[in-house]
Amino acid sequence: MLNTKKLLALTLTLLFVFALIPAAAQAAPVYRTLDEIKADGTINIGVFSDKNPFGYVDENGEYQGYDVYFAERIGKDLGVKINYVSTEAANRVEYLETGKVDIILANFTVTPERAEKVDFALPYMNVALGVVSPDSRVITDLSELSADDPVIVISGTTAETYLIANNPEVKLQKYDTYANAKNALENGNGVAWANDNTEVIAFALQNAGYTVGIPSLGSQDTIAPAVSKGNDTLLQWLNDEIVSLADEQFFHKDYEATLAETYGLDYEDSLVVEGGAVNAK
Amino acid sequence: MQALGFEVLWKGKNFARLMGGLWVALRISLIAVGISLVAGVLMGALMTRKNPLIKALTQLYLETVRIMPQMVLLFLAFFGTTRWFGWNLSGETASVIVFALWGTAEMGDLVRGALESIPRHQYESAAALGLDGKQSFLYVILPQTLRRLLPQVINLITRMIKTTSLVLMIGVVEMLKVAQQIIEANRMKVPNAAFGVYLTVLVLYFLACWPISLLAKALEKRWS
Repeated sequence: MLNTKKLLALTLTLLFVFALIPAAAQAAPVYRTLDEIKADGTINIGVFSDKNPFGYVDENGEYQGYDVYFAERIGKDLGVKINYVSTEAANRVEYLETGKVDIILANFTVTPERAEKVDFALPYMNVALGVVSPDSRVITDLSELSADDPVIVISGTTAETYLIANNPEVKLQKYDTYANAKNALENGNGVAWANDNTEVIAFALQNAGYTVGIPSLGSQDTIAPAVSKGNDTLLQWLNDEIVSLADEQFFHKDYEATLAETYGLDYEDSLVVEGGAVNAK
Repeated sequence: MQALGFEVLWKGKNFARLMGGLWVALRISLIAVGISLVAGVLMGALMTRKNPLIKALTQLYLETVRIMPQMVLLFLAFFGTTRWFGWNLSGETASVIVFALWGTAEMGDLVRGALESIPRHQYESAAALGLDGKQSFLYVILPQTLRRLLPQVINLITRMIKTTSLVLMIGVVEMLKVAQQIIEANRMKVPNAAFGVYLTVLVLYFLACWPISLLAKALEKRWS
């Protein structure tokens, strides 16, 4: 009797959940146009709050980093206040699809899958994937991994998508936050950590005992701001802004102020994208 | 102590930020607990009804909330309500709603179990003494139910407090998120900060939950 009831409850629950999915697909996205944001006087910008040096919170509770440096400029040039929203890698698309933020500036790598759901503006940084592993066993090729060697990834990142699509044989160990993934590598829960190459280069520079065995995996990608699908007025403004900022080499200044400490000046020209123009290197 | 990175807690406003995060976690969980305790008793009373429709509905509610991970419920409440109804709930409001729904379901089931565990003869004796239905529930059944409920309710409350660590996924900056922010902001200069900061978080969660256990012990002693 009890089992039948439970089964019934479970079935009804699943029906209920599936009934909601098509509704989600049909609903029109809610976003604010450029004029609406200006009229409101506050822009909601989704940034990372625990991804030093791109987006993090300093000891005084202030947002800092490469993405935040740009966000501050956007606020200044739009003449509005900024409301920073702390996002995680796994919920960035969701925030834009529901219009809960106007712009995502959270180290957001441009991919075709994401471009179906959000609109990317011009890029402001280059990135590829990399794999870091402990010195005791440096992974230089994915083929070195056996079925028992889990690779750490953060859910919702490019590394996760790339490995699932191109190396389905690699066993992934997924974490929701950057801090948890870092802890997992340090505790030896996985044999390697796949992430953006900037991340793994910086990680290996700062943490003795780790080496970037694979510095460039997959294609060269770019990082760009993103807005809700269809928010053309805001997208156009962002693109114009990025192009005009090239005159003052804004993103080089941004790099020197926020990233140089972590990656050194050697990487400046290969990482920074100015005016949205990606160098064909 | 240097090795555990405790010093990062004293940089700038870090410790105040951590306490602020604890307050956010407690605010969400205690409001939800308050709602759950009241609504849960009603829910539990409903669940003991023989009416098949009420039984099916309460069972459906309980199983839905129990089967779905809290993370899914949080996403549904925060992003889902915006998609389907255009509501723009704040992360904190969405969290309170989810925790209250979850707490009510769990509390309801606990109350149901406690009510059903009261032996038949207690009802019969109450009736034999001339008490009507309402009186026997208030003066005979409920006091015994509360006593049996206490340990499980304390367990539920502390579980609710600790589960607030999930709300960082919908943008609410509570204690664990502040902890991660502090660790990350110092990851170059104090790479060991994770130990000290997480240890502090552990102690703070303990200090938040311990008084509740003490209160329960005192109540249990008084009622026995």
